[in-house]
Amino acid sequence: MNIKAQIGMVLNLDKCIGCHTCSVSCKNVWTSREGVEYAWFNNVETKPGIGYPNNWEDQEHYKGGWVLKNGKLKLKAGNKVRLLSNIFVNQNMLSIDDYYEPFTFDYTDLTKAPRSNIQPIAKPRSIITKKPMDKITSSANWEDMLGGEFAKRSKDKNFDGVQKEVYKEFENTFMSYLPRLCEHCLNPACVASCPSGAMYKREEDGVVLVDQEKCRGWRMCVSSCPYKKVYFNWRSGKSEKCIMCYPRLEAGQPTVCSETCVGRIRYLGVILYDADKIASAGSVDNEQDLYKSQLDVFLDPHDEEVQAQALKAGISQTWIDAAMASPVYKMAVEWKIALPLHPEYRTLPMVWYIPPLSPLQKSVEKGELPNDGLNGLLPKIEDMQIPLKYLANLLSAGDTEVIAGVLGKIATMRQYMREKTIFGRRNKEILDKAGLTTVEVEEMYRYLALAHYDDRFVIPTKYVDAVNDAFGERTDNGLDFNCSISDETFGGSGGMCGGATPKRKNLFGGN
Amino acid sequence: MNIYLNNILFVYYPYVAVAVFLLGSFLRLKHLPYGWRAGSTQIMEKKGLKFFIGSNFFHIGIIVILAGHFVGLLTPHAFYSPFIMARAKEVMAMTVGGIAGIICLIGLLILIQRRMLNPRLIANTSFGDMAILFLLLVQLLLGLATIPVSMHDDASATSMVSLSNWLQHLVIFSSDTGSYIINENWIYKAHVLVGFTIFLVFPFSRLVHIWSVPVGYVTRKGHQIMRKNI
Repeated sequence: MNIKAQIGMVLNLDKCIGCHTCSVSCKNVWTSREGVEYAWFNNVETKPGIGYPNNWEDQEHYKGGWVLKNGKLKLKAGNKVRLLSNIFVNQNMLSIDDYYEPFTFDYTDLTKAPRSNIQPIAKPRSIITKKPMDKITSSANWEDMLGGEFAKRSKDKNFDGVQKEVYKEFENTFMSYLPRLCEHCLNPACVASCPSGAMYKREEDGVVLVDQEKCRGWRMCVSSCPYKKVYFNWRSGKSEKCIMCYPRLEAGQPTVCSETCVGRIRYLGVILYDADKIASAGSVDNEQDLYKSQLDVFLDPHDEEVQAQALKAGISQTWIDAAMASPVYKMAVEWKIALPLHPEYRTLPMVWYIPPLSPLQKSVEKGELPNDGLNGLLPKIEDMQIPLKYLANLLSAGDTEVIAGVLGKIATMRQYMREKTIFGRRNKEILDKAGLTTVEVEEMYRYLALAHYDDRFVIPTKYVDAVNDAFGERTDNGLDFNCSISDETFGGSGGMCGGATPKRKNLFGGN
Repeated sequence: MNIYLNNILFVYYPYVAVAVFLLGSFLRLKHLPYGWRAGSTQIMEKKGLKFFIGSNFFHIGIIVILAGHFVGLLTPHAFYSPFIMARAKEVMAMTVGGIAGIICLIGLLILIQRRMLNPRLIANTSFGDMAILFLLLVQLLLGLATIPVSMHDDASATSMVSLSNWLQHLVIFSSDTGSYIINENWIYKAHVLVGFTIFLVFPFSRLVHIWSVPVGYVTRKGHQIMRKNI
């Protein structure tokens, strides 16, 4: 067993209101700099749609992620030699047009416009060329609220195997928001494709980073990431990505996107996993088994054997405690209501999603749709407005049974809690049908519906006990980090001059 | 050419240039690693054949040329003379170098042209980027111009042999290095001067990415890299 810890995230799509607060707060903190104006470490897409960057889910086009070849994992972009042959021109590389040309507005047009009958407008200007643009043709949320024509939006890969023409009709239209960020995968394709070895995954919390001082800008990660969450900074010539706000995590604070989430849909928590199982979990034959094989990589933090091994591997008790209280573990492993985004990419992503319910309640009340036979409130799972197959293509490699199982649990929880709150009765009968217990369902309700801050974010701080062994600093002269007085002269100020000196020079991962 | 000037240009200047090249590269990598990158502008391109041909032709051409110079000039005469006649080697060098030179030239011209025409690139091209492209263009044209001159070389390839002698003596810090090049055609000398100028500006330009050719990637074990940050 090779135990490592990871801070994972769960997003409850059932409650996402598509307000983009996560994107905006992330943008303000991390990417409001020259070179990454077009990059959104976090963005919210309206599905169905081709998303941002354009058609990112089309792996035949961008060659992202992994494929199974003769039972072994291979990068879809090819083997190492093939990848290096792309080094002068990466044929899978995204153009800025695949994202959008970053723009601002020339507001002097407004103040300098002469008096006229029509209102003056602020003309868009490209941030790259600094020149006026004719027209803005795309952006990070161009399809917001199903913007744009169906013909274009329906190129969405998740429509595979769905009779999509039906959903062109206004009455059948459906939508759901999908907030996206780096998945901080267990088997990241970006790390594997980096020729410089600049990308790495942190052992202690699983955050995937680009070492800015080692990155040489070969840009293989940009195309190899199937989620298209590594961005090329056109000013610095280096790749950048979501850093899971690790300076905040280390201090025990949630990421900016989670902290600011208005709908309280985000959860952060520790997952213990067995790194030795990653390769075999990622290379199961059937794509639909990847969800279960990834679950098998996770370890039960309540298991005493796991705890002992974790301590031996240098994971502190604080982290083990956090793993036991982890909302992510509860949702993904215990309740099995959270699912990985596109498990078929075989990267074993660590940002999971609870699929949204989409009941046509009015139709049930009017009797146009049969109810699910529990207490007559909700329609059957297969009659939801969002086709099961669509959600399955998004979250379970096309396995509708998995989606139906999750939606069933959430629907049961709603009906149980409605009966409890309104009629004051605990309807155990419907719980039995869904295989849930009273305790479980009431805890689920607390986490999903109430979503208290302390339940959503269980983040242990960095291993303080390991870093700050203060004994060596017992005769140190206060806040003096310069170490102008040598250890030898004054005997044992050790700590500050040696290992504990802050090593990090660059926030984006340099040591 | 007088001996004094000859020594300054073809003995001392190369030493200074190479010293700056090595020391400058080392200091930059050690102290300013953030700026060390290939400087790709592919993201600004529309997908298409032009950049594909431009960048690949330029890079492949220049790699062949560099390897040719390295092997061709630094292999001592005694090493290859049992296998190949000096003149035959010179003809081979002219042919391979000529073909690679033309390929590289096509690529370079495309790269220069896109830098001057694509509005996104115009806005984001520094003086250094452009200067390097033109320096390479001048050097490439000079290199190609040596081919007709070499055609008139004698049967024992005196020019090629003395030029490689000059470089080999430079490498081993000989006292009579300058004498091997002093009587050569000006076109070779111009090519050499611009060549060492490229070495001189190397650490201050984007050319530093040549040091970072990721050959280690091929032999890197496993897929993933993990680092402990504490």
